[in-house]
Order: sequence, then C-alpha cells, then structure tokens
Amino acid sequence: MSDAPILEASGLDLRFGAVPALDGVALGVWPGEVVAILGESGSGKTSLLRVLSGALAADAGEVLYRNAAGALVPVHAAGEAALRRLARTEWGFVHQNPRDGLRLGVSAGGNVGERLMAVGARHYGGIRAAAAEWLRRVEIDPARMDDLPRDFSGGMQQRLQIARTLVTRPRLVFMDEPTGGLDVSVQARLLDLIRALVADLGLAVLLVTHDIAVARLLAHRLVVMRRGRVVEHGLTDRVLDDPQHEYTQLLVSSVLAA
Amino acid sequence: MSAAPQDAAGGGTLAGYNFAYLDEDTKRMIRRALLKAVAIPGHQVPFGSREMPLPYGWGTGGIQVTASVIGPDDTLKVIDQGADDTTNAVSIRRFFGRVAGVATTERTAEATVIQTRHRIPETPLREGQILVYQVPMPEPLFRLEPRVAETRRLHALGDYGLMHVKLYEDIARRGEVTISYNYPVMVNGRYLMSPSPIPAFDNPKMDRMPALQLFGAGREKRIYAVPPYTAVRSLDFEDHPFRPNRADAACALCGSRDSYLDEVVTDDRGGRRFLCSDTDYCERRRAEQ
Amino acid sequence: MAYVAVKGGEQAIGNAHAWLDEARRGDAALPAVSVRQIEEQLSLAVDRVMAEGACHDRSLAALAIKQARGDLIEAAFLLRAYRTTLPRFGASLPLDTGAMRVRRRVSATYKDLPGGQVLGPTFDYTHRLLEFALAADEGEPPVPAPEVPADGATAPRVTGLLAQEGLMADEPPSDAEPGDLTREPLEIPADRPLRLQALARGDEGFLLGLGYSTQRGYGNAHPFVGELRMGEVAVEIAPPELGFAVEIGDILVTECQMVNQFAGSRHEPPQFTRGYGLVFGQGERKAMAMALVDRALRSAELGEETGAPAQDAEFVLYHCDNVEATGFVEHLKLPHYVDFQSELEKLRSLRAAVAAGAEREAAE
Repeated sequence: MSDAPILEASGLDLRFGAVPALDGVALGVWPGEVVAILGESGSGKTSLLRVLSGALAADAGEVLYRNAAGALVPVHAAGEAALRRLARTEWGFVHQNPRDGLRLGVSAGGNVGERLMAVGARHYGGIRAAAAEWLRRVEIDPARMDDLPRDFSGGMQQRLQIARTLVTRPRLVFMDEPTGGLDVSVQARLLDLIRALVADLGLAVLLVTHDIAVARLLAHRLVVMRRGRVVEHGLTDRVLDDPQHEYTQLLVSSVLAA
Repeated sequence: MSAAPQDAAGGGTLAGYNFAYLDEDTKRMIRRALLKAVAIPGHQVPFGSREMPLPYGWGTGGIQVTASVIGPDDTLKVIDQGADDTTNAVSIRRFFGRVAGVATTERTAEATVIQTRHRIPETPLREGQILVYQVPMPEPLFRLEPRVAETRRLHALGDYGLMHVKLYEDIARRGEVTISYNYPVMVNGRYLMSPSPIPAFDNPKMDRMPALQLFGAGREKRIYAVPPYTAVRSLDFEDHPFRPNRADAACALCGSRDSYLDEVVTDDRGGRRFLCSDTDYCERRRAEQ
Repeated sequence: MAYVAVKGGEQAIGNAHAWLDEARRGDAALPAVSVRQIEEQLSLAVDRVMAEGACHDRSLAALAIKQARGDLIEAAFLLRAYRTTLPRFGASLPLDTGAMRVRRRVSATYKDLPGGQVLGPTFDYTHRLLEFALAADEGEPPVPAPEVPADGATAPRVTGLLAQEGLMADEPPSDAEPGDLTREPLEIPADRPLRLQALARGDEGFLLGLGYSTQRGYGNAHPFVGELRMGEVAVEIAPPELGFAVEIGDILVTECQMVNQFAGSRHEPPQFTRGYGLVFGQGERKAMAMALVDRALRSAELGEETGAPAQDAEFVLYHCDNVEATGFVEHLKLPHYVDFQSELEKLRSLRAAVAAGAEREAAE
C-alpha cells in the first residue's frame, strides 16, 4: 500500500427531504485495499457509493480521486466528460443486478470487448483473445463467447460483468452488493473468485454490502454506517471480532444468532 | 459557389417567391450553420429547418442546403440513386428550375452544385464543386441508441464504443460487417458520421475529396459537412479491413466493371440485368466507345 | 349553472343538438354539400373512414363525414355503430391482390421490374405550393390524364421475386379459420391474422407515429418498400349451398409489402422478412405504417431484441383503435364528481397528517 489514498472523501452531507442520507461522512481508500461499507438497508451506504463515484451530488463535502498520473481529480467538479472517461478507463463498476452492467443483447465476447474498444483496441483477433482469456478467468467456458448473456444464469451474468469490468485493469472498482441476488452456493463461488482476482490484480475496491460474511471474506477494512453516519471503522477482523459501537455489536450478534 | 444577390427575384423564377424559394434571412441562418459545420468536420449542427413544399424524406434538408448556397450563375445537377432521370431527381431539378431559374445539367463535370440522394457520382469531383447530400437520419448511432440527448453526449465525449461493439458483433456472428449502406465513418479522426444511405461502395470517394461535401437533414434539423481534402475513414478492425462491395458483373450497356450497378429484373423467371447506377457516367462511357 | 345543465337534462341536450345541426350546416346562404360530392371530391377522407370504420361502403362513409362535420374519427365511429347492426351473411374468400387491376404500383427496391412502375394519382412528386386557382374553381374539370394503354403484362409481386431466390422468408399459407375481432374480444398473445385485423382498423395517426418510431431507432427496423400497389380487386364468396365461388363486386384496396432485413437465428439463415399492410381504398400512408408495425410486432417470434413501443403487441393492439381511444379519452369530460369528492377528502387527510408530523418534529 502506498502512502497516498486513491480516493478520499470528507465532510459529505446529503439529505432526502427530512431524512439524512449522509451526515458528515469522511472516508479514504488506499491503492490495493478492499474497503467494505457495511450497513442495513436505509443506512446510506448505497448513497455513499453513488456520491463517491460522482453519480450523485452531495449537499456538502468533497471527493478527491488520485488518477494514474498522480494528479488529484475533484470528482464532483471534474465534469461529466472527465467522469465518463474515468468510468471507462481507471474505474470499474460491478452492479448488484448484472442487467445494469451488461448489454444483454450483445454477446459475452462483445460485452468484454466493448471496454477494450472504448480504450482504443482495434484488432479483432486481439480483442477476441483477450475476451476468451477473461472468460476463462471468471470460469465461463470461452466456447460461450458468442452467446448472449440473457441466456446465462444469474451467477454467470455476474461473473461476466466482472470480466467486462476488469479486462481494462481499472485501478478502482466500485461494487454494489455484487453477490446480492444470488443463491448461497453460487455466492460462495463468486466471492472466492472476486477475492482471488482482486488480490491478483492488486485492485482498490469500494464494496457496499449488508452481509457481514461477504465483508469478512473480501474486505481489509470496514466502515459501518447507520442513518447516514459512520459509526465505526477499522480493520475487518478487529471490527467484527471486537465491535466497539453498540450498533456494530448488534449487527455482529444478529449474525451469530442467525 | 457564387453569392446569391440580396434580392434575386430575377427573370425565370416563380412569382411571389424569393430566388431559390427560401427568404434571404433563412438562407443566412443556414449558411451560418454550414460555416460552423465546415469548421467542425463531421459534427452535426442543429439548424432551424423550414417546412418545404416537398415532404420530409424527399430531400428537404438537401434542398434547403442547395437553396442556401446556389446562385444564379451556378449549374445544378440532381441525382437520386445515381440517376438524373429518377422521379424524385426530376422533381427536385424542376423545383429549382422553377424557383431559381438556374441552369441544370446531367453532366457531373459541368455541374457546380450536385444534390444527391444515395450515391456519389463515379466521375471524380474537383475543387470548387459542392456535393449536397440528402440525409434521412444524421445520427450514425441511432440504431444503437435512439435517444438524441444521449447520442449528443456520446459525440461530445468521443465515446463510440457502441458502434465498435456493433461491428464486433457482426464479425463474431456473420464473419463480416453486415452494414452494406450508410456505413459509418470517422471524420478527421474526431466525429463519427453517417455518410447518408450511400452504398458502402461509395465511402472511399469521400476520403480527401477535393469538392466540398455538405449534408442536410431537414426532418431531423441537422447540417454537417466534410471540407475539401478531409480524412474520412470507414470504421473497421486492423485484421478485418473495410471492404466495399458491388455486384460481380459488368454493366450491360457500357461494360464497366468498376462502377456501382443496379439490378434490373427482366421477367418473373429470375431474369436479371445489371446497369450502371450513375447514368451520366454510363452514357459518357458509351459515347467514348 | 353548468352543474344544472349537466344534471338537468333533456332540454339542455335538445338545445345542444339543435345547435350542432345549425353548426353543421354552416352559412345557410351557401348550398349544402351533397353526400355524392363528398364521395367524389373528398374521396381520401371517405377511404380513411371506411378503413377505420371497418366497413366498405363509400356512400355511407360519405354520409358519416357529412354528419360528423368532417371529423373523421367521429365519422368512423358512426360507420362502426351502423356496421355492427348488419346481419352477417358469410365471409369472402381471401382477396387475390396479385390479380389486382393496378392503378398505382411502385417498388423502391428495383429500378424497373416486370409490370413496371405505375405512379398513378399520387401527391408524391407534387410541389406543395398552394394552388390558388383551385379556390376560384367553379367546376371546370381538369384535362383528362393521358392514359397509357395496359400492355397486358401482369405485375408479379416483388416479394415473390425474392422468394424465388430463397431470399424472402417463407410464409406457408394456412387454411385455418382466422380469428374475428368483430365477434371475439382481443386476446394476448394475438396471432398475426388477429394483429393484422386490429391494425387494418387501427388509427392512421397512431400507426404512423409507431411506424415512424421504428425508423428512428425505437425498434431497429431496416425497411424497404418492396412494393406498394393500389387498385381494384374482385371480392368472391362461396356460399355452401352453391359449392363454388361467385364474384360479388370489386373494391379498391391499397397493399404494402415492406421488405425487412432479418439477421437470421439458430434455425434460419439471414433472409428478408415481410411486413404487411392492407387497407380499404387509397390509403398509402396507413398501409405503409401498418406494414412497419406488423413487422415490428413480429420481432419476438423472430427472436430479435424487443422493448421498443412498436414491438409491444399488447401496447399497440390495445391502443390502436381510435373509436375505443376517443371514447375513453373523451369520457373524462363526463361528470366524475362523486369520485372526485372522495379524492378531495383523501388529499385533505393526507396533508393534515403531513402537517401534524412536521409539527411533532419541530416540537422534539
């Protein structure tokens, strides 16, 4: 891990009517680390992810991204063009619903190839080879490269979304409940895969989840949110094994009880 | 191009209408859009397209562009499908004959302004000529993204991944790109552009053409342009280069094996002949033989 | 007083009808327009009313237009309401549009073809400049159009030419009895004969907008007019007691065969597919729009991507009938004050609850 954070947010406030979605949130992500934002639904974790990735404007506060050239980019002042460029080069997104991250009417190979072409790849054979390699890495038979993802199972769609996201080697990946819609057995396999890929590529990941098991398996650090506030943060094992805040204690014990 | 005079309701034009039908203010508005279009090659410039006395789809964009650049000294050629004698070409030529009283010709080399639908003449164009294309859908991405607000954003960001995915998918499924006309081009390395529904065969003629190419889309209210000697590249892959195609036959009249051919059905038992789509080109070849 | 006018009935309605009659007649100093004049001189309005009124009777359609003051949807409604009272004697045999006596026939896909391109009475290449001479026209008939003698050649269908080469998807004929929308309610999924019936009666403007949307990327159509033909076809019936077909007359119809690209599927090679439109009378815009929408509605069965409005059969078929649509839209002007009163009370109580909540929060 290097000294400078790749993403740093401070003083984030956001209200939806009378309800505070974010209340003075600060957060840093360092290169190569996986940070999980943990909380129940309504805790503000998805709003936080959207604010951090520039998809949603906060009422107050700042988000800074350190790009590959080492320059600090103010995410909310960068403008749409810069954000879109980041989204297809240095950033990646894995959505809970693969339909939001895939083109279901475009072949699996085309889905992976699109990211490559967006950054200038123009050799068809080379794009196919890279797509085949990535399908293999996410355990999809490359023979299915020309099939449409709408004919894939939910788990395969999610793995394809990951291949499509990682093929251009982003520096920072935003994941929103990546295993949310899947059966438990499928979840386990996907989590293993994500863990291996993230470690392999040394990615920085910002992960939103309500599932403590997912957080424990993937994250180096945890940020626990409740009603728009960060109530506790720290190394994953420390937070889960020795929760300080009563809300975290409740979360952890309810898992143990279940 | 020769400048249209301020009030040119001269001899031979239709009573009650300005020279070339449009009023001078409208022409100025269109010329401003044209100048902007020339300055940003391939970029679609919105313009206040007028209702014309021909229906949308008949070439109202091209007609407005022609009306804005034509002057009394110009010589106009109008083609549709490459031919001067097709009904719509006749109708538009007659229209300009009626409202502008300009000289008309069927010979590509003699024309100063050529309005076209669906073809580029076979005879190479030269400096000083203007080729005006009639454009039904100026947006090259519309089949992939129908929302205009979104496609404008994609152009602004130069984000053409969608179109590359379309080409990729074609090759993956069919072994080749399946687009046979209106084949998308990159202009000056910046803007993705619809060449209008010309056959892909004509695309290479656009590249570094000495003549000025102007595009008018009346219903969609867009004008765009390719200035002389501008790079126009058909999208492709390094290992699947762009290949224009034509019927593998010779013209039944002039014998050309280089020109684009129309297929004419001669009976209902499968009989067919192939003829040059560019009637002027075909006639001149026959005259030379 | 409007309340009383709506509630208090009879006399108000009688007065309104009298006013309507007066408005229909217009300036009594001018001669009344005759049904025959409408039939002859507003013939395209008559055609449209016959098509959307789903009843082929020129003079009744002309009467409906006169009665409706030129409101063509109202006229179609009048014709439908009349049609539904007619006894049903039987069904005709399928029209043979291949044997049409062609008044107009154009193909956009070939420069020339057997049977030729016949422009017919079309606006296509007119310049839309108001002809002020027509305003002063007092009945001098125009010079008759030169008649080109028929060369006796038949005009084979373009789709047939493509089918010979195997380029047009096969549509095997069927002897199955098609459904009948006029006797059975529409059911979804609707098969193609039912869809075509609904579209043939459908509103021209609605179908036009939908067809247009498929050309602008909402449905990804790649249409070509393979052929558009208009002319007289013979109508035949085969009464069971006779056992053979007899011709009962000719009707004018417009038919459009739209040729569309089809990328092929796992079971079929790439080929052209057909979109079909047929309407009573001269109704080219409607026939073309219908053919575009017909093809769009086939996208699901052809395994293409769907999702555009024109590809949604339920959406299209349930909303294309202008008699149904105008009824439901216009019924909003009938009194609804009983329902509205309950809405008022509900809204007041919701707002009171919100206000109470805000007060509580402020007090905390």
